[in-house]
Amino acid sequence: MSQTLTNRASPDAATQLDIYRRMIRIERNDDATRTQIRRGRITAPYYSARGQECIPSAISTLLNDDDKICTIYRGIHDMVAKNMPLRPLWAEICGRVDGTCKGKGGPMHLTHPETGVMVTTGIVGSSMPIANGFGWAALLDGTKQVTVAYFGDGASNIGAFHEALNLASVWKLPVIFVCQNNGFAEHTRYENATSVDQISKRAIGYGMPGYTVDGNDPLDVYAHAHAAIERARAGEGPTLLECKTFRFMGHVFGDADGYMTKEEKEAAIAVDPLPRYRQKLIDDGIATAEQLDALTAEAEAEVADAIEFAMACEYPSDDELRRDVFAEEIPA
Amino acid sequence: MSTDTLEAPAVETVKMNGLQAINAALMEAMEADPKVLVLGEDIADREGGGVVGVTRGLSTKFGDLRVRSTPIAEQAIMGAAIGAAMAGYKPVAEIMLMNFTTVAMDMIVNHAAKLRFMSGGQSQVPLVIRTLTGAGNQTAGQHADFYEAWFCHTAGIKVVIPWTPADFKGLYLSAIQDPDPVIIVESGKTLFVPMDTPVNQGPIPIGKANVVMPGTDLTIVSYGQMMFTVMQAVEELGKAGVSVEVVDLRTISPWDKEAVLASTEKTGRLLVVHEAGRNFGPGAEIAATVQERLFGKLKAPVGRLGAPYCSVPFAKKLEDAFLVQPPEIVAEAQRLVAMG
Repeated sequence: MSQTLTNRASPDAATQLDIYRRMIRIERNDDATRTQIRRGRITAPYYSARGQECIPSAISTLLNDDDKICTIYRGIHDMVAKNMPLRPLWAEICGRVDGTCKGKGGPMHLTHPETGVMVTTGIVGSSMPIANGFGWAALLDGTKQVTVAYFGDGASNIGAFHEALNLASVWKLPVIFVCQNNGFAEHTRYENATSVDQISKRAIGYGMPGYTVDGNDPLDVYAHAHAAIERARAGEGPTLLECKTFRFMGHVFGDADGYMTKEEKEAAIAVDPLPRYRQKLIDDGIATAEQLDALTAEAEAEVADAIEFAMACEYPSDDELRRDVFAEEIPA
Repeated sequence: MSTDTLEAPAVETVKMNGLQAINAALMEAMEADPKVLVLGEDIADREGGGVVGVTRGLSTKFGDLRVRSTPIAEQAIMGAAIGAAMAGYKPVAEIMLMNFTTVAMDMIVNHAAKLRFMSGGQSQVPLVIRTLTGAGNQTAGQHADFYEAWFCHTAGIKVVIPWTPADFKGLYLSAIQDPDPVIIVESGKTLFVPMDTPVNQGPIPIGKANVVMPGTDLTIVSYGQMMFTVMQAVEELGKAGVSVEVVDLRTISPWDKEAVLASTEKTGRLLVVHEAGRNFGPGAEIAATVQERLFGKLKAPVGRLGAPYCSVPFAKKLEDAFLVQPPEIVAEAQRLVAMG
């Protein structure tokens, strides 16, 4: 059995609203990305995280600007939740020189150290060993900084996961391993490729707490992330959080979804966590519909501004091929 | 053999081997800069200070947080080094043997080497990878390979293979302060043969070859423990009246084109010798560059000697045949000299 959390922290009203603000910002951004791809205005492989917004949104309310994240190719939601500004994000996915990586990384390698977005990897599993390095640095620095390593369920089957969790536990690193279990490793169904019914059970083998969390319930994610982050800041070591969720847009945007049934996808979309959480905030008296609509409008305006900014930016010059290979430019 | 044959003679020297030189470099670097870290399997004093003792004394002096023994988990080692480097530290990560880099290739190639470029210069990965290799001890197919060509083919990582203890000290001091990832290959014999070494050997720049011996008939370029074999051959060639200019490449990527081209232009003949496989080996790149740049000035085609296209064998007889030996170098040098 995965562990049960005894002392559950609850977000206050402002934090609950902040979680929603981040979720709607992610969703509006994702929607706009798909629209721009459909219109042929951007050409990039896109791994939508539609449906997974709760997870980084709840976690990020517990992180400071200088706390770090290492994420993966399906990770733009993690960055947006961490408050990465959208202008450089959009310029990057449009391949422009004003992109956060000068158009040299693209959507799979977005980096923005100012908001703690340290590494975005396109290699399954590779966010975790690197997150440990930031954890080690925090111990050396003597800070209370934590690092979150995001990854998917597929990554829990690759060697890097096992090496990283073992090392983090032996070294008591302030790292939170957050598995966003959306039920599919690319096209392969979870149970056809994973030896345990809950990834959190693997934490037992590495001597750290492991929790299976409802990744579609912001309050459940918040409670468990709170415990994990507190533990990390207290110098007690890492935690594995398995957040169960569903991705609505398949593996890569445009794939045919032939590996899942129409019924299961429809069932997941029917309980879409975003409108569900919106309704809960209204029902609980945390916010009015008008307040939430205003957050949606704010997100839409920010996204529209970012797209307009990005489309007006220049493409990088070919000289960029000689820059950033090393600190020193390679001679022409 | 001392590398300072051609340099000012007044330098005070001491006999030390590569192992001692690397240890001295790490001690000095860690003392001077609290950001320097060391990690790897068995490297702390509790585990004996490294399998051959290169890191002996470091954990006792600088503590277990800066000098960390790790599990046998090369991806975890490289990942920890990458993250710490990006956070402002200067980790020296030991991958015990070069063959074991294969299980950390994703971390080294996809991450350490590329993060600066993919982030548009926002990320820096100033780490050093220490790794040991080389045939000659019957360690067979998975403990002795020279895989430098793979790393030379990867943009974003520098490749250094020293021969002398002085170069080990100087190149380690430079590599540790380099803003980019550097892999330094320690080849078997180079750790154990004592040589005269300047007492206060300072940093030696990465990317600069060393003309070890001047000559007029032929240039031989080599590096690492193969330099011992080359020097034996050069002695034989000298007795036969062939004057060889010997260039120790020291850095394989980015390699010192100017030094190799200048020497080859002078002698008109070039032979590249390495322990790595001849097929697609570093010698191929050097030969191609020299022939592009010096076509018409060469008196003979560029020669290349390296390992045959097979795995490192176990049986001593086969291992001896696998390795380039002095007579082969002598024969190839004489063939090139006889051509024109």
